[in-house]
Amino acid sequence: MQQTLVDQFSETVRTAAKVRQPLHIRGGNSKSFYGYPPSEQSQVLDISTYQGVTDYEPTELVITARAGTRISDIESLLHQHNQMLAFEPPYFADTATIGGCIAAGLSGPRRASAGAVRDFVLGVRILDGTGRDLHFGGQVMKNVAGYDVSRLMVGAMGTLGVLLEVSLKVLPLPAVEQTISLKMNEMEAIEFMNRWAGKPLPISATSYVNGQLYMRLSGAESAVRAAHMQLGGEIFPAGNTLWKSIREHTYDFFKPSIPLWRLSVKSTTPPISFPQTKQLIEWNGALRWLSCQKVPAVDSIRQAAIKYGGHATLFRGYCSTAPIFQPLSPALASIHRQLKQQFDPAGILNTGRLYPEI
Amino acid sequence: MSTDLVKKLRTFLPVESVLHEKEDLKPYECDGLSAYRQTPMIVVLPQTETEIVQILKLCHATSTPIVARGAGTGLSGGALPHAKGILMSLAKLNRILEIDPLARTARVQPGVRNLAISDTARPHGLYYAPDPSSQIACSIGGNVAENSGGVHCLKYGLTVHNILKLRILTIDGEVLEIGSDSLDNPGFDLLALMTGSEGMLGIVTEITVRLIPLPEKAQLVMATFEDIQKAGQAVANVIAAGIIPAGMEMMDKITIHAVEAFLHAGYDLNAEAVLLCESDGTAEEVADEIERIHIIMKSSGATRITTSQNEAERLRLWAGRKAAFPAAGRVSPDYYCMDGTIPRKHLANVLKGIDTLSQEYGLRCMNVFHAGDGNLHPLILYDANTPGELEKTEEFGGKILEMCIHAGGTITGEHGVGMEKINQMCTQFAPDELSLFHGVKAAFDPQGLLNPGKAVPTLHRCAELGAMHVHSGSEKFPDLPRF
Repeated sequence: MQQTLVDQFSETVRTAAKVRQPLHIRGGNSKSFYGYPPSEQSQVLDISTYQGVTDYEPTELVITARAGTRISDIESLLHQHNQMLAFEPPYFADTATIGGCIAAGLSGPRRASAGAVRDFVLGVRILDGTGRDLHFGGQVMKNVAGYDVSRLMVGAMGTLGVLLEVSLKVLPLPAVEQTISLKMNEMEAIEFMNRWAGKPLPISATSYVNGQLYMRLSGAESAVRAAHMQLGGEIFPAGNTLWKSIREHTYDFFKPSIPLWRLSVKSTTPPISFPQTKQLIEWNGALRWLSCQKVPAVDSIRQAAIKYGGHATLFRGYCSTAPIFQPLSPALASIHRQLKQQFDPAGILNTGRLYPEI
Repeated sequence: MSTDLVKKLRTFLPVESVLHEKEDLKPYECDGLSAYRQTPMIVVLPQTETEIVQILKLCHATSTPIVARGAGTGLSGGALPHAKGILMSLAKLNRILEIDPLARTARVQPGVRNLAISDTARPHGLYYAPDPSSQIACSIGGNVAENSGGVHCLKYGLTVHNILKLRILTIDGEVLEIGSDSLDNPGFDLLALMTGSEGMLGIVTEITVRLIPLPEKAQLVMATFEDIQKAGQAVANVIAAGIIPAGMEMMDKITIHAVEAFLHAGYDLNAEAVLLCESDGTAEEVADEIERIHIIMKSSGATRITTSQNEAERLRLWAGRKAAFPAAGRVSPDYYCMDGTIPRKHLANVLKGIDTLSQEYGLRCMNVFHAGDGNLHPLILYDANTPGELEKTEEFGGKILEMCIHAGGTITGEHGVGMEKINQMCTQFAPDELSLFHGVKAAFDPQGLLNPGKAVPTLHRCAELGAMHVHSGSEKFPDLPRF
């Protein structure tokens, strides 16, 4: 049954490649707001029916699932065995699939301490743009045979292949989690987060918003207690709700948030301010969300991101006046085009979702 | 050809940076895998990025193959020179350019030694986590090329998890800035693609690595088992209890004997397997974990458990594991180190298979195992002076790697494919997959001048070998020994 589906997907891709029919690969349709909209001529390739965990051995710390498997199903299975996806993926809708999670490459609050989606990808099975069924990586932690095509899929927005299966490293759930809050100004908070990130404390998430710094501590009870003693601050009882709402953008800050900019910068970047914008900081200062009441000068946002060693994404509120993703240097853009040509010579897979023509 | 190139190179390189006399080339004829040797046509030792740009442009214009080399400690022949090419040593680019303690990063040149980064960061309470066994000597540029790991990578990751930014030169001398000072980047994850690409896609001239806090404390539990299966189960039990040890190493009986004779570390000579399990972190975390590890080892059937009581004892217990390779060198004139990775549950079967092969070939084999992440290093003991023994050893090694693939694993966990495992790539990957690898190579280096002939075999080579591609999925639970 499931192999029949793969054969169907492969046939669809092969046929589309022949006639250069653009395809819009879709899982749970939870992140359709992200990136450029699919071209109007594109035909939907729905992989949400290609579901199921094909292999999971808790003691091997590896799970393998078909791309259409819902993240919620994977996480509830992992939780039964006291394990988790340590990159804490945002869902943005209950229907979110693991394939979409890999393609979008977004990570949640635990990213700064545990790593990003790409850090946990061990292997993939994909269809390339000619419908060839290919395996890369595997189900083991260490594997340096061949180029790392598996991680190349992360954040590629489906432009290099149709994800069929993915193997991920998983980690144990922490024994205890506790959130503390501290009152300070933005400059102090940025310094505080970075300074403590350089100490061996079990800090698993940080966020600064509305004059409050929130820090989540995760680990053995004794270690969490000791870290709280060192850091000071008050216990914030609704920690779980807080981090979930930041991850899912249901937190108040994100509500009237069009347009919403995402600035990924060097963590020690001083406060970045623009008129009529609010900010929420995550990842020890390396992630700055800017919610704008009116559209600020795009160029100044992009320049600030570059100045501080990173890039800016127009996360929500695309209105065709500004590119969504930071434009690439000519040399990098050329490599992107060459790779696209190799993986998808007919240019049919989600082309234009990430960059025009790619 | 060679004299003409030398002349051109000397127009922009000092005389002492261009070597072409036979006796000067000799030291560069192999890397850490000395069974493979090839004298290069020319060796260049650039000191600046500008010089490298000029060298690459010359290679590009004259279609001359070029092989980059770091410290030359690689174990797969990745830096084996090309007979008609230039070997470029990056050893002179050895400066640590910047340490940013607050942002916890270091910007370094490719020839900087792995351990030198941690030594420089240590006063700030920070270090660079990946610690390949050659870390005293190996260079960070080589680590990037091979995606090197180490004994702590289950918890702290490989090179790919610990670098932020690369400055790369393409074969036509163009600069690519890949990655950034932030935690993610727009577009494709080229940082991951470059890491472990074995010098096939570009030349790294600068690396920004992530530094992490030095743990407050580290403590080690050594457990002895009478049965290798029980030792494997103990590892699984530790993981099942929700513990990610900082290091988890296993040695088999023949290794224990070789090491004990060499070092007298106090290992139990009656043991079939010794497990070393380390916990690090805050004092509270370590105390909590060590107590749980102790209980798990006991309930998993360990016959002897020792917990390090101080730093000196911890280092002494580690010393045995770290001396496994020199110990092999002491009991045998030569040894050949393999690098397969397997799902840990197949450990006992694979070891049984190796034992059968060992008898079949009449060659002894020691097994050391990064047990936490399934990375197995069988050391085949042989004598290169006995005619035919090296060939027999290579065949034995090849069969071990094929067994790893059958078990759902891989032919190389951390040493890279290089020249050594190029034939086994035909077994691990299907022709379509290999052809996509060639496509990736062509996207960066259409003429195929960077490290040609390594890492990815031609389809022609695979066809000639008659090697059969095996996909692990289709052989999910094979009764392993089937060679």
